[in-house]
Amino acid sequence: MSTAHQHQPSPPASPPEAAGPPASETFLNGLWKENPVFVQVLGTCPTMAITNSVRNALAMSVAVIFVLVCSNALVSLVRKTTPKEVRIAVFILIIATFVTVVDYAVKAVSIPIYQAMGPFIALIVVNCIILARAEAFAYKNGVFRSILDGFGMGFGFSIALLFMGSIREILGAGTLLGYPLFGANYQPWVIFLLPSGGFFTFAFWLLIFAWWRERKDKRAKATRPEAGQLEAAPQ
Amino acid sequence: MNNVSSAFIFIDALLIHNFVLSVFLGICPFIGVSNRFETASRMGIAVIFVMIVSSSLAYGINLVLLHFNAEYLRIIAYIVVIAAMVQLVEMFIKKTSPALFRALGIYLPLITTNCAVLGVAMLQTSRGYNFVQSFFFTLGSGLGFTLALIIMSGIRSKINLNDVPSIARGTAIVLLIAGVLSLAFMGFTGLGG
Repeated sequence: MSTAHQHQPSPPASPPEAAGPPASETFLNGLWKENPVFVQVLGTCPTMAITNSVRNALAMSVAVIFVLVCSNALVSLVRKTTPKEVRIAVFILIIATFVTVVDYAVKAVSIPIYQAMGPFIALIVVNCIILARAEAFAYKNGVFRSILDGFGMGFGFSIALLFMGSIREILGAGTLLGYPLFGANYQPWVIFLLPSGGFFTFAFWLLIFAWWRERKDKRAKATRPEAGQLEAAPQ
Repeated sequence: MNNVSSAFIFIDALLIHNFVLSVFLGICPFIGVSNRFETASRMGIAVIFVMIVSSSLAYGINLVLLHFNAEYLRIIAYIVVIAAMVQLVEMFIKKTSPALFRALGIYLPLITTNCAVLGVAMLQTSRGYNFVQSFFFTLGSGLGFTLALIIMSGIRSKINLNDVPSIARGTAIVLLIAGVLSLAFMGFTGLGG
């Protein structure tokens, strides 16, 4: 615990590696520009498995944000004392500890939610987003920035889950958070609640984002023709 | 749950509740390594091996943890066993087939964070399978994972020759196909009663 006290005094205004971008950017990066689900395509399993209703998506988001922020903070605290060779093992142990906490907390709060999530609470351990952030960010940055990054990525994940969950619940059951949206005559589009609906909805969002990015690239090319030609080389 | 026959558990995990296509476990390697038949099939074999060893060990560990009333250590203990097993497989493949080692690339160490492997261990514990049942459950899940991977690699090798719209290239088209495959696998519902 002595390492914790060494790092604690560093004030939020001047984190140890202050050379990077401003703190707000660290937070916003995860939300949109580097959205863990839609841009980096990480953590796909819970994204599709848990999003058949908005309530489950929200519960999953809260659990992931908690684990992500706590593990980022702890990894960042122990980063100076952790040898490079065993870092992955240390990360996984830290993450598994917090997941155990969440597992028991959810069970204590609501049994229906716990049952709806099935094995996916325990599987937060192997959610690639959390390990990726520990390795790519928290191991190299100060505590304050790591916590911010955890919140940013966590909220980015939640946004993605809500995008998925609301589409699937509205189309598949005709409800939002359990409240009926359309009249009694609405014929639910059950396929969106089934596993294949998860694949289709996720593909739909990826298509939308790809289309949007391509349109932006085309506009950039129209304004700067000579630079655009280089970028437009086929993948 | 304990009176279910092993054969049914096997078929259930292999086809009806296929790990990739209907339980959403192991999607990352499914998208990542399914572009060539060679890598897909060998990845499948590596995953089956890790699954069988780690879930048998997990079965023993669970008994020990229950004996000491330490179920809260379950997640941690399981993930440590899996990580150790993956390390072993990685060293083995590196020694015997460096080409395969390069082809699997980052996805080999990532078997550790393959939700399918931990998922098998957690599910067989929570369903209270006995040792034989959990062996067939693991075998079925592993084969189901490999089956999905191989089917997808076959389709993707055809797709590479087609003119896919530029926005759908990459992950999106794979997900769309997976959705259709998942619909097809729903046809197995009801198999075996």
